[in-house]
Order: sequence, then C-alpha cells, then structure tokens
Amino acid sequence: MKKYISFFKIRFISGLQYRAAAWAGIATQFAWGGMTLLMFWAFYQNGENSFPMTFSELSSYIWMQQAFLAMFMAWFFDGEIFDSITSGNIAYELCRPCDLYSMWFTKNMAIRLSKVMLRCLPILLVAAFLPYPFNITLPPDFLSGVLFLISIVLGFLVLISFSMLIYISAFYTLSPMGIRMLATSVIEFFAGAVIPLPFFPEALQPVMYALPFASMQNTPFMIYVGHISDSEIVKSMVLQVIWLAVLVIAGRLLMKHALKKVVVQGG
Amino acid sequence: MKLYFKYVSMILKCQMQYKASFIMTTIGQFLVSFTTFIGVYFMFSRFNTVDGFTFSEVLLCFSVVLMAFSLTECFVRGFDVFPRLIKSGDLDRILVRPRNEIFQVLTSNIDFSRFGRLFQAVLMLCYAIPTSGIAWNLSKVITLIIMLIGGIAVFSALFVLYAGISFFTIEGLEFMNIFTDGIREFGKYPLSIYGEGVLRFLTYVVPIALFQYYPFLYLIGRSNNIGLMFLPFIGFLFLIPCYIFFKFGVRKYKSTGS
Repeated sequence: MKKYISFFKIRFISGLQYRAAAWAGIATQFAWGGMTLLMFWAFYQNGENSFPMTFSELSSYIWMQQAFLAMFMAWFFDGEIFDSITSGNIAYELCRPCDLYSMWFTKNMAIRLSKVMLRCLPILLVAAFLPYPFNITLPPDFLSGVLFLISIVLGFLVLISFSMLIYISAFYTLSPMGIRMLATSVIEFFAGAVIPLPFFPEALQPVMYALPFASMQNTPFMIYVGHISDSEIVKSMVLQVIWLAVLVIAGRLLMKHALKKVVVQGG
Repeated sequence: MKLYFKYVSMILKCQMQYKASFIMTTIGQFLVSFTTFIGVYFMFSRFNTVDGFTFSEVLLCFSVVLMAFSLTECFVRGFDVFPRLIKSGDLDRILVRPRNEIFQVLTSNIDFSRFGRLFQAVLMLCYAIPTSGIAWNLSKVITLIIMLIGGIAVFSALFVLYAGISFFTIEGLEFMNIFTDGIREFGKYPLSIYGEGVLRFLTYVVPIALFQYYPFLYLIGRSNNIGLMFLPFIGFLFLIPCYIFFKFGVRKYKSTGS
C-alpha cells in the first residue's frame, strides 16, 4: 500500500507544478460554463412547462461540472501509459514488484486530482457570487452535502476503472487512437457531459440511468443540486458501488489475460 | 500549387498506411460531433424552438460552422499542432528552406480523418436544405457558399493566431480553445441566442458572427437586406492582423535548441 501512496504523491506533486496552465484552464472553463448556461437560458425563455430541471438547479449542475471537470473528463488519458505499451517500455514496468493495475489506477487518480485541486476553488468561488439564477447554490441540506461527497468519490473511481479498460485495450490494438475517440464520445454523451441526463427523452431515461456512465458525474451532481428523491439516492449510490466492483474485476481479469500473452514491442 | 498537391498526395498515402487506425479515427471524429447533434435534437424535442429559430434552421447554421471548421482543421492542421513544431525544433528546419514558411507549415500536417466530421456536416446540410422552408434561389445558394468560405477564413486566422502566440509561450494555450473548439461547439446555434453582449464581442473582436449570424438572417429570410450576404468578406480582414502577428513571432523566434 505504501508504494502506491508514494506513486500517488509523486504524480500529484508534479501535477501541481503547472500553475500558469491552470489559470488559463480556469478562464477557459469559466467561459465554457458561461456560454453553456446562456445557451440553456435561451431555451428556457420558451415557456415554463417543459423544463426537467429548474434553471437554478441547472446552473449549479453546470458549475459543478466545470469545477470538477478534471475528475470526470473522459478525453483525458495518461499518454505515458499508452506510450509504454506501444514503445515496449512496459517491460520495465512489469519488472517492478508491484501490481500494474493498482499502479496505473493510483497514477490516474493523482493526475486528475492535482488538476482539480488547482482549478475547482476559484471556479466555485466566482460562480457563487454570480447574480441569481446563474450562480451556484449550496446543496439543499447537510445530509445531501455529505452524500454528495461520498458519491463524487465513488463516481470518480467508476470513471477511472472504466478508463482502465481503455488503457488495457491498447495491449490488444497497439494503436489506441481510434478506441480512445470512440470511448470518449460514448462516455461523454451517456454520462451527461453533452447535455444533462434529465434532458434526455423520458423513454430513454431508465436505460441511461442503469448504464455505468450515469454512475460517473451524474449521480453526485444530481445529489448536490437536489434533483433526485431520497429513494433514488440510495438506489443510484448502490448502483455506483456495483458498477465500481464490476469494472474493477473486469479490468483486472482483462489485464491478467493481456499480460499472459503480452508481446513486448522491441525498440 | 503543383508542389502543394504533391505534398497532399504524399500525406494522404502516408496516412493510408495505417488503414484500420485511420478508419477508426474517422469514425471517432464522426461520433464526437454526432453526439453533439443528438444533444441538439433532444433539446429541440423538448423545447421546439430557441429564440424563434426552428430545428432545421439551427441545423443549417450548425452544418455551415461544422463544415468550415472541419475543412480548416483538416488543411490548416499544421498551425493547430504548431507548438509541437517549436518544441521539437522542427521549425528551424522549415526556416532554413528557401520556401515561404506559411506554405511549409500548411504542408507539414494535413489530417484527413477530419472528414468524419465533414461527412456529418454534409448530412445535416442535406437534411436542412429541403426542410428549412427557405425559398432557394441563386442569391441564397451564393450566400451559403460565401458563409462557408468566410468561415474557413476566420477559423484559419484563429489557427494562425494560435500558432503566433505559441512563439511566446512555447506551450499551446488552453485558453485559445474557447475560440476554436468553443466556436465549433457553441456556433451550432445562431449567435444571437447568447445575448447582446456575446453577439457584439463575436462581431467586433472575433468576427465569427460575420459569417455565422448576419448572412444566416438573410438566408432564412428574417432579413431582406441583401447586403448581409457579403459580410463574411469583412471577416477576411481578420486574417491580416493574425498574419502580421505570426510574422512578428517568426522574427522574434528563438530556437528551443532541441
């Protein structure tokens, strides 16, 4: 366990070095969130009846999404891992006395968390002081705040365990670009990054919520904005745990299979 | 020009070497923008109109922006990955050759997998042309073409500007994404829906609205002012400062030495 903690630390600290990039990122995300809200605002001018969420809930959702983007962005992958597979450096990694799956898992966690550390507070602070209804509000009560914290950790782990599958697929395809793009667009869409899940047609929603993608950012953010009933909170958090278990087990099995017949690329 | 086509065919052959990967990437490109389209579709199935624009009209606007963007991204890709040229020191090689550096950067990279996106834009256009209820005549067709050309000009200018900035920062600037990827993403709706302030910014500072919004008004018949169709040409002026800035960067350029 100790060695993984130090892997985590190394990655985390090196991630914290890019402060100028973080400021540029904050500005970008702020503009992005603002434009998204203005777009929804235009739609909301149409009439009261058709909103699945109130505009204030939506604002909170969008700002949370921007603040924690680095935790949930599906298009971000650690290039080093792919390179190590395609260039053959994986041989060194395999010589190390540690479990490859856990090592990659912790590395990914560390990179993403260091980015979030730098970015989330300024975004949340500014978003809190925007005029109503464009601002972010606190969760409806203390309990949902706590549940949100648990759920965001779970969602984060679900996303990483899913992206682990993509890393492992590189053992089989060697050219991960195509699969990466495919997986990215599927995850982004079904996780509610393109438009929030409540905006999907009613008929599709039961399916959407059952997929692992809804367990990523959707569940914690819905708990935060309070757009979910108590019984649904329990249900979707249990689902998060189940998906996490399934994805981790699948990832480990797949990795074991891949490593059994891994061909180290020379060069 | 002959040399350019030679480069194009060389790069095309080169990318065709990895056919499976190329096809996967092209499909991926298609899917990425396809999910955006489904997003728009779901929004409209709930709300019907936005700011008075119908689904078909928005698709028309979306497809022009997406088409201009993907064509630019395909052929002006060299400027998009320009920071890499600086970092690796490959720019030094370009600068010592007896050819225009713009030409060489343009031919350093052409990304044909962007045709996946282009394909989607064409599909949307095919759907939108008959269903948008526009009485098509010669001037409307020309407007559409001018919009497209104007869009390519403005996006190219943005890519050149982005490359120019990276002379000073070495790293690519994430902030510029809001103008390139951001415009592609938010340009799918006519810009007026974002409110007066944003529209003014995107008219006078970054002239996106000149090709996306004003001629579009004429196209869908919201305005009868035929002069609007020529506004994209003013967008061409935006190329000038961006080009000058890039030239300025070249003159100040110090090799990274790697």
